[in-house]
Amino acid sequence: MAEKILMKGNEALAEAAIMAGCRHYFGYPITPQTEVAAYMAKRMPKIGGTFLQAESEIAAINMVIGAAAAGKRAMTSSSSPGISLKSEGISYMAGCDLPGLIVNVQRGGPGLGGIQPSQSDYFQATRGGGHGDYHLLVLAPSSVQEMADLVFKGFDLSEKYRIPCMLLADGTMGQMMEPVSLPERSAETVEKPWALTGTEGKRKPNIINSLALAPHELEAWNQVRFERYAQIKENEQMSESYWMEDAEICVVAFGIAARVSQNAIDTAREMGIKAGMIRPITLWPFPEKALRAASAQCKAFVSVELNMGQMIEDVRLSIKCRRPVSLCCRTGGMIPTPDEVVAAIVKANEGGKQA
Amino acid sequence: MNVKRVTLFAGHYGSGKTNIAVNYALYLRSLGLPVALGDLDIVNPYYRAKDSQAELEAAGIRVIASAYANSNVDVPAIPQEMYALTEDRQTHAVLDIGGDDRGALALGRYMPAIAEENNYAFVFVYNRSRPLTRDAKSALAIMREIEAACGLPFTGIVNNTNLGRETVPETILASIDSVRELEQLSALPLLFTAVRSDLAPLLPHDIGEIFPIALQKTIW
Repeated sequence: MAEKILMKGNEALAEAAIMAGCRHYFGYPITPQTEVAAYMAKRMPKIGGTFLQAESEIAAINMVIGAAAAGKRAMTSSSSPGISLKSEGISYMAGCDLPGLIVNVQRGGPGLGGIQPSQSDYFQATRGGGHGDYHLLVLAPSSVQEMADLVFKGFDLSEKYRIPCMLLADGTMGQMMEPVSLPERSAETVEKPWALTGTEGKRKPNIINSLALAPHELEAWNQVRFERYAQIKENEQMSESYWMEDAEICVVAFGIAARVSQNAIDTAREMGIKAGMIRPITLWPFPEKALRAASAQCKAFVSVELNMGQMIEDVRLSIKCRRPVSLCCRTGGMIPTPDEVVAAIVKANEGGKQA
Repeated sequence: MNVKRVTLFAGHYGSGKTNIAVNYALYLRSLGLPVALGDLDIVNPYYRAKDSQAELEAAGIRVIASAYANSNVDVPAIPQEMYALTEDRQTHAVLDIGGDDRGALALGRYMPAIAEENNYAFVFVYNRSRPLTRDAKSALAIMREIEAACGLPFTGIVNNTNLGRETVPETILASIDSVRELEQLSALPLLFTAVRSDLAPLLPHDIGEIFPIALQKTIW
């Protein structure tokens, strides 16, 4: 392992993308992810890559489509309002079965909202966000180290399944500084026989398109795509368990909320409450298997989120409403304190309902 | 430590300027001096001196920061009260300058008064654990960019090499050679090495003055 260095989350993910072989970054500045663009602006020209500040978010995502169609590892990054603008292009990527990395360093919403951290784009990220039947692979880091690690994972899975991947971080993850060890590994190379690389007169032209002229053809494309989604759901669910061996109360939290919750669980354990946590790392596919297994053992669930309660729906669906699920949340740029999470755990343990 | 009326901390983005400035202001206050801390950071939207406002004010330190710091108003702003730092010469002033040369631009408007009074220390904060300042030469380049942006030459160096909570004595010891080289290249003295207070007793005595600091608390 390389010697550890101190990095901002935004810097770590940018450097990891470069190490993962990404040489094409198209973006537009927005707080709190501007450091990604600033870092790429400094680094890309030095390594023969392309950094391009587009005229808008819509232009940036369409440039990602172009680079991805040419078989290149491409990415863009933004924060919540900018992701809304990109959603049309993201839908086109899904419709074209193009890989690529889209980073959302979330801030408070809706509307212009604020610049402080949030997880309120959970629905947008996990349900597709744009129009049409599609999913993104959604990865949720909870440390600066994971900001880097999941960039590698995201590019690899995105190309393996030809699905756009979203790294769903938040302002705290983007701005915080922590020690990081950047992996010394080369980028995984995936064959892309579908890419527009020039026929050289040796093959028929590849066509990348999301327009189907016949309805039955469009239906067939969607069905084939959903077969791939089923494989992803089966094979790629990722989560981390904390103190779940004997847990009776299961906290479910991702990203920064999981960090706060971990402290709260330590306190709850000191109080004699058997609390544990499942931290989803993939938000889509949601770690249903881990949740379902926990529902056999735990008497209640607490969903801790930086929004008005979005992931809680997936928690309830995963456990098929077999146990009560309560919500502990702050929104608008606020973060739940460990004490607030402890209070929610205590209440769940007493059988009270919060949400 | 040779205390000046005005002490300015600048350095590479993420070098730890804010934490040093907050701890240094508390140190001056502990000597019984009247102290004001100015948050001149126009770059960072998060993690600012203003996070420590309650603690600083409880210690009797005046905090001068943009009303918009830590709010959702995403504009670089400096309040007019900042002039108190150069006008009120009875109070010791500590200034936290924003990251890199872009952050140091904001200092330009106060520079003539600071230079005229000529009772200041302009301190370069160095963290060898940051990716773009792994060696003395790259640190020197950033030093020169900041000087060019604000028009004020540095007068000293602080070694703030750290890995956050994972800092161990070896982290700091690994920086000694780079710091010595930076001293030579810049012809500036090392003023002190900032060390999380619990690590201070574990360091050798021949690395110059040790300045024990406390880290800002987080809830995660």
